[in-house]
Amino acid sequence: MSQSYNRGLIEDFGRWREFTAGMWAWILHKFTGWVLIGYLFTHIAVLSTALSGANAYTNTLQGLESLLLVRVMEVGLLAVAVFHILNGVRLLFVDLGVGLEAQDKSFYASLVVTAVIVLASIPTFLEGAF
Amino acid sequence: MSTQIQEEADEPTETEAETAPAERQSPGDRRRAEKRTASDQAVGSEPVGRADDDTFRLKVFRYDPEVEGKMEPRFDDFYVPREKGMTVLDALIYARDHYDTTLTFRHSCRQAVCGSDAFFVNGRQRLGCQTQISDLEAPIRVEPLPHQDVVKDLVVDMEHFYDQMHAVEPFFQEDDLPSGDLEEQRQSRENREKIKMSTRCIWCGACMSSCNIAAGDNEYLGPAAINKAYRFAMDDREGDDLKQHRLNIMDQEHGVWRCQTQFSCTNVCPKDIPLTEHIQELKREAVKQNLKFW
Repeated sequence: MSQSYNRGLIEDFGRWREFTAGMWAWILHKFTGWVLIGYLFTHIAVLSTALSGANAYTNTLQGLESLLLVRVMEVGLLAVAVFHILNGVRLLFVDLGVGLEAQDKSFYASLVVTAVIVLASIPTFLEGAF
Repeated sequence: MSTQIQEEADEPTETEAETAPAERQSPGDRRRAEKRTASDQAVGSEPVGRADDDTFRLKVFRYDPEVEGKMEPRFDDFYVPREKGMTVLDALIYARDHYDTTLTFRHSCRQAVCGSDAFFVNGRQRLGCQTQISDLEAPIRVEPLPHQDVVKDLVVDMEHFYDQMHAVEPFFQEDDLPSGDLEEQRQSRENREKIKMSTRCIWCGACMSSCNIAAGDNEYLGPAAINKAYRFAMDDREGDDLKQHRLNIMDQEHGVWRCQTQFSCTNVCPKDIPLTEHIQELKREAVKQNLKFW
């Protein structure tokens, strides 16, 4: 063989239309995982304002909660967390070897349940935000 | 036929005709149409054969490092007459026999037993001989298996795949054979049922090609090799020591633990082997073996 041609990574995001349920579950689980790690650091930063007194903590929280963007992002955070939990349970079942034939359906189910919970939470999260 | 290098004079008229009706559609449609025209231009060859109601368009990936003018990968278009029961492999054979004798692809048994004609058809790893044309949307796009080096046209280098297969010792081993002269070593029916699906692997490489973990990690054994290990590890006729030996090969960073359960391999396997299930079971066996302290 004189030479060969490396086509590189074929299944890049340009082919997202062809991705299957399992692939989407994997991508979303990674994505939400990284988002949660990122949130953890901001969470610690906000909580540690309590070190400089009760007032500083209250003021920081009130300041943050008065911003519309923070209110909207809280809904996003809930969506990310709920999906990560539900898909995590799905992966637990996959690891136990239970219901592997229904893995695509359980992924869709976790998406639907996430959507329902997030929609139901919107009145609580966005109350008085506008 | 296409050994001659195509002249570029014909192209502009063809592209104009294709972009004109696309303007009325949504922006997404327009972008996709533009993309399609762009990829058609990259093809550099005009379609071969007649385009009419009885034919369908077959787009085939072409690459030949040994012929000047064909070293650049491109797609060739063939119009192949539609026949009842025609498979992708039949269409490729037709294109090779009638249009271009240099079109190269592996095939042998034509009945999904030899496993030599796995291609990337319309964005999915499939066996050419097992895939009906009527199940696909035209134009049918045939490419070599992704994540493997292309040797020529649809032929990919399978050496790495075979290396991984051999790494798991894909053969029956025995430490205590029955002592009697004519005594048979029997497998229970239940055990046979358990490993039944895993014995059906035809080494086509579709699963390995579909796995994008394997694409990013060259040391990962891949679904086919792990399935092969499962076939022998779960076989009762091999003793406990051998099973432990096999699990030691599996229980490594680049063994079963690289699997992240995307189910890509299970989706594309032409023999319907539940690959992910087998990998997951080996993971559990490996953990059980490590936890065994009595």
